[in-house]
Amino acid sequence: MSTATEQTVSPVANHARSGNKVKAKTGKGSSVDNNKMNFKTSMRRNWVLYLMLLPAAAFIVLFAYVPMYGLQLAFRDYDPLKGITGGKFVGFKYFQQFFDSPQFWDIMRNTVFISLGTLILGFFAPIILALLINQISSAKTKGFVQTITYMPHFISTVVIVSMINVFLDPNTGMIGKLFPNTILMENPNAFAPIYWISEVWQHCGWNCIIYLAALSAVDTSLYEAAKMDGAGRLQLIRHVDLPTIMPTCVVLLIMNMGSVLAVGFEKVWLMQNALNMPSSEVIATFTFRTGIQGFQFSYGAAIGLFNTIINFIFVVSANYISKRVSNTSIF
Amino acid sequence: MANITDAKLSGHSSLDDADDSHNAISIEAKKRAAEIPWNPKMHQQRGVSDWVVDIIIWVVLALVVIAVLYPMWFVVIASFSNPRLVATGQVTLWPRDITFAGYEQVFADDRIWRGYLNTIIYSVVGTAVNMIVTLPAAFALSRRDLRGRRPIMFLFTFTMYFGGGLIPNYLLFQQLHLIDNWLVYILPGAVSVWNLIIARSFFETSIPEELHDAAQIDGMGYFGYFMKIVLPLSSAIIAVLGLYYFVGHWNDYFTGLIYINNENKYPLQNVLQSILLGAQTAATGTTGSGVSAVAQQQLADQIKYGVMIVSTAPLIVLYPFLQKYFNKGVMIGAVKG
Repeated sequence: MSTATEQTVSPVANHARSGNKVKAKTGKGSSVDNNKMNFKTSMRRNWVLYLMLLPAAAFIVLFAYVPMYGLQLAFRDYDPLKGITGGKFVGFKYFQQFFDSPQFWDIMRNTVFISLGTLILGFFAPIILALLINQISSAKTKGFVQTITYMPHFISTVVIVSMINVFLDPNTGMIGKLFPNTILMENPNAFAPIYWISEVWQHCGWNCIIYLAALSAVDTSLYEAAKMDGAGRLQLIRHVDLPTIMPTCVVLLIMNMGSVLAVGFEKVWLMQNALNMPSSEVIATFTFRTGIQGFQFSYGAAIGLFNTIINFIFVVSANYISKRVSNTSIF
Repeated sequence: MANITDAKLSGHSSLDDADDSHNAISIEAKKRAAEIPWNPKMHQQRGVSDWVVDIIIWVVLALVVIAVLYPMWFVVIASFSNPRLVATGQVTLWPRDITFAGYEQVFADDRIWRGYLNTIIYSVVGTAVNMIVTLPAAFALSRRDLRGRRPIMFLFTFTMYFGGGLIPNYLLFQQLHLIDNWLVYILPGAVSVWNLIIARSFFETSIPEELHDAAQIDGMGYFGYFMKIVLPLSSAIIAVLGLYYFVGHWNDYFTGLIYINNENKYPLQNVLQSILLGAQTAATGTTGSGVSAVAQQQLADQIKYGVMIVSTAPLIVLYPFLQKYFNKGVMIGAVKG
């Protein structure tokens, strides 16, 4: 990600940095500009650096790129004897099988609905919370509010889901009792809202840290100037705070766009039951159910690949749009 | 996340513009204010509306804090209140009729202890490996004189957005004999690209280059420089990364669900799942006859509360110590300075 940023966004910054560096070097009388030496020289001089990089690179190759190589399974019949790459090539058979399956549209609709809601709420809620917290003048109170709102982020999904179960229990749960006509966890219409709200509850505080950091960088003279112009507090928020965090917002939105079709597996899986299934089956859970539990490896690989490609298209196009519109991009 | 920095940089031009125009206006405004410093109408209006805004902000924040805090608080008090009172909604703010029956049941359950032990092993060893792999790599990638830095970084970053997915991973793990093997907790997730990027931008921005020049003069190689100078200056990033990785391991449920079949190797989260969300509750069979089904159900509920607390307790204990690093950590990854 940042490699790319350097190319696209901050040529100026790079320039400045290397400029400084050259200055520092010449000041000490060293004549070699390290950026310009060739690979062999670099290897000889910096072999320690490559060695330090090696374990991480090896792990990435083995556990990220080897599975990518294994994706060809999506286009082959799985043959347990010949391994991943040995099966018969069948083209798009398994993709077709997925598109033709009776659950296809339900799964797509559920996935998009659940994740889009999470995306939208999860985008706006932290911004609003950060703007509010930023209004607190006492450092102590600010710290207190932050401490409390960060906390749920560290609770495990298993515990979160059982908390949801406890509170939504129709007989004993505090929220469940408010809905006497239905059992919320078993109501297909309630599934997505429960998911969204609990996501916001858990991560809103944590996700606002980044905006608070951006807000702390606001030049206070801007506030003074705006106040001089007669701006009230709301106007300060709208005309000073909001523009300040806008670039951060855009980058986070792009990054989140990539997950439009990537609903977290764990939470949906744990919240699922036979009755809410019509609205809770998403691509990830379906892949697990058919691919791993049903041993249909090729089919599962095809569904997974389909999902990954859609996500990838989303990230790349969101990035492209934002580059055109606001000159902000992640690669 | 390092890009946000750069995004900020790119956004700079527009920010600067805003800056300029504001300055221009402010000079004008200052002039105006100097002419009529007593303009009472303006001041009064601002005062009242600000006051209203203030109240609204405070009320909303108070509601947010309550909404976040109360569910957690309720689980805490419910875990040692009389389960009958909890079930009938009579426990709201403070624990009532304190009992530790739920905790007794929790601690009498072998699965919990074994899960705890497994989780501690996976988390401690896992985090150690994470740090040993991630930090040196991040340092290497932070050095501008590393040839091929950009393509290497791209290969790392690409994996954040594209991957093999569940099935190819599963088959690979099968070939590597990682199924039902505790190393599945350590090796595949040894490096998180996200954390690598955070650490890299920390090394780039927070360690002054002059230190490296000085180390070079002292005849120190890169490794010595990293171990003796960079690491001691990096406690913030070590704490942040350690926290991220540790919490990730501690809360990991996915790995156990998919790659572990032997219950003796289950970490806490998977044990919890079978206790909390499974059909069979721990209370069934452990309480003697003569106890009504309702009471049994209530005890089962209390066990659930106790389990939630027990499993989250270590993180709660760590929380105050690590809290000061939260802001720092996210800022390192996000906004320079």
